[in-house]
Amino acid sequence: MYRLKFDENVCVTCPTSDCLFKCQYIDVDRDTAHNEMMKIIKGEGSFVLRDCVTCYACEEYCKRGNHPFYLITERREEKGMLTASRAITNQWINMCAPQGKYRVGEVKEKALSCCFIGELRQMARGKLFEGIRSSYVLGAEFFCEVVYLHFAKTSIIKERLPKVIENISQLGIKQLICMHDECYGSFTSLAPAFGIEVPFEPIHYLEYLYDRLQELKSEIKPLNIKVAYQRPCSSRLSLDKYHFVGDILALIGAELVEREYQGENALCCGEIIRMTDRDEVANDVQKRNIDDMVESGAEYCVFNCPYCQMALSEKVSKRGIKPIHIIDLCKMAIGEKKINKGGEKNERYL
Amino acid sequence: MSDIYKSLVEIAGEGHVSTQTEELYFYARDPGLMPTHKPDYVVAPKTTEEVQKIVKLANKEKIPIVPMGAGMALTGLIIPLKGGIVIDMKRMRKIVGVNEKARHAIVEGGTSQGALKAYLERNYPNLRHSIPDAPPTVTIAANVAIHGQGRLAQQYGFNSDMVSGLEVVLPTGELCKIGSCSMSPDWFSKGPTLPDLSGLFLGWLGTTGIITKLGLKLYPKKRMRDVEIFVTDREDLVPDILFNLTHTEMVEDINIWFQAKPIMFTGNHHITLYITGDRDEELEFKRKMVWDSLKEFRDRKDGGFMWVLPAMKPTFLDMPQKSITTFADVKKGGGFEYSGPIVLIEKYPMLARNLEEVANKYKLAYSGMARVIGRGHAMMFAIAFTFNRADPNMMERVKKAGHEGITFAFDHGGIPWKPTVEEQKMAMERMDPNTLKLMKMVKENLDPNGIMNPGNWEVN
Repeated sequence: MYRLKFDENVCVTCPTSDCLFKCQYIDVDRDTAHNEMMKIIKGEGSFVLRDCVTCYACEEYCKRGNHPFYLITERREEKGMLTASRAITNQWINMCAPQGKYRVGEVKEKALSCCFIGELRQMARGKLFEGIRSSYVLGAEFFCEVVYLHFAKTSIIKERLPKVIENISQLGIKQLICMHDECYGSFTSLAPAFGIEVPFEPIHYLEYLYDRLQELKSEIKPLNIKVAYQRPCSSRLSLDKYHFVGDILALIGAELVEREYQGENALCCGEIIRMTDRDEVANDVQKRNIDDMVESGAEYCVFNCPYCQMALSEKVSKRGIKPIHIIDLCKMAIGEKKINKGGEKNERYL
Repeated sequence: MSDIYKSLVEIAGEGHVSTQTEELYFYARDPGLMPTHKPDYVVAPKTTEEVQKIVKLANKEKIPIVPMGAGMALTGLIIPLKGGIVIDMKRMRKIVGVNEKARHAIVEGGTSQGALKAYLERNYPNLRHSIPDAPPTVTIAANVAIHGQGRLAQQYGFNSDMVSGLEVVLPTGELCKIGSCSMSPDWFSKGPTLPDLSGLFLGWLGTTGIITKLGLKLYPKKRMRDVEIFVTDREDLVPDILFNLTHTEMVEDINIWFQAKPIMFTGNHHITLYITGDRDEELEFKRKMVWDSLKEFRDRKDGGFMWVLPAMKPTFLDMPQKSITTFADVKKGGGFEYSGPIVLIEKYPMLARNLEEVANKYKLAYSGMARVIGRGHAMMFAIAFTFNRADPNMMERVKKAGHEGITFAFDHGGIPWKPTVEEQKMAMERMDPNTLKLMKMVKENLDPNGIMNPGNWEVN
């Protein structure tokens, strides 16, 4: 059975307790942060287990390589603590269960993983994906399982992730370009943390995009726009790749505006918080986040995760900010997509 | 060429009468499970006067007549069980007028739901009517004649409760106005404060007269509309959840559904609810009230709101919902049987369990769906099966499953909605004898020759 590699001594000797001290959803001083983490380590009750909104950020706040969020998730499950209702939790468990409805392209040693998100397959078009588009996998059989962290169900991850990795390996894939950074986080953070071997090289799609844009540099026309970036929760699992957001934006002439809720301080898109039945927290987080984008003068809100995009598109549009996925933004820079002057239509259905 | 045919041609014109085999084939059936039976004639009148003449002819010759809208009740109500004349009302599709300030429309008896919806969207964008989740071709008159329900059922009751006047051709051919229009040019009330005679025609499945015109109440149409779906794995909690939701008086329509496939829906009961508003503030206030009303269930993790992704929303916000037609053909072969007893909401848990058991017993694909009628006053619980018309064994299983489902509903205090002939008989066997006697008196007095949709509501 796969077990979480967690070194409690790392926490015992931690001088900062940043994992909880920096949490934007739980207000604690350093002593309380330390004490609560100790309780969690010992398997005792803690209000943190109740109040954690599953934003993943503590995985980034911990600079000592431990996995505070994975531990919180493990403890929640051990204690039978649900984040969302049983019905919603089971809905997600069933929804992403392998059912033999996957799609596999003409897979080569280097392939795209579109996870279980059809939109990502649609996005993988044009010059940016020339030569790689047809080599892809898509479906529950290749689903990275990270979402079950939100539902405090690491048991599902331990059960399904090894099989997903096996499915990918059996196709002869040596390098997997992860179109969703949850997938990248799954193979580079989650799997190793639980001792699950990954026999292929995961490549973050942002890194792939950056390299490809370098090749297409002569075709780039600077966008000269101001953008805010909506950092997704799973980005906390792939810190080493975060710089590619800035690198890409600089390359295509998009100015990343300075704002309060960026980088380490980024706010969740809110919808997972809502699904775990904290609608008031979700509303507050979304409002603060979008207010911040507006105040910073952003013209576009750039998304990395399609689900963040679904969560916030309509809301940012209403505030005059155009929502766009970073892949589409890159397509704009090389002239494959028109610059959106009017804002995307996201009105409610009348 | 028969005299009847000639007479019908004289009344409606040659192009609007048929005895052609190909056409009689279609008028002999509906998409449900009931056995087919061909009519002798089909006629499509254009005016009330033509309807009167046809009825007078039929009454004189003692020929059965079956008034027909789109024929989509799925329970065989327009199958001419004793042959005769099918009167297809679809040519009478005029929208006579709309009184915007008094919020009602007057339409002819063959006007479709889709036509009125489109007309209102074009000309009165602030008004709407209660659209049933049936194809847009279904007619408004037929829908109220079977006590249909629609998108506004939770707020305002059965669609027949929204009738504001009737013009009816009686089985003897006389034209009769019902409600305020009987003494006033205005069609604002189907009965009150006069004796309410609309009950002589609504719910009678076309056995007491033919609706040639009706007034229909319209309602405010808000600029924005959104959907939320509350999901629980405990069917026993559904009545309490609905009680809390209806208490808010913030919701437009409430549907409950459960199904075995796709597996993301397995084991859960989904309560789809719609909220509307003219402004964001109104919509968000209602959303908050709705969320708050279910806090006790959320806190216990007994249920939660699912994230309805933007790509899913059009499916749920469609009016009517097209997704039902997808289920209707899941087994291919065009068969879809759908009864919908009206029951108390507290009966939902046992009806849901029973439907699942019956479907499993007969190895059938089922869809459990219910719609709240009024502020929790009742619900329509659909017993729906899809089947392959080319598979007689499957059809037999559907028949048995449907019978068991409806019997169970009746045993638990339910009454039928758009019942098949067999379900009508089952209902009448359970009715108070004096109620039956009254029904008989009404029928015999209105239809002395028994020509109106014979075989239906036959009180013996």
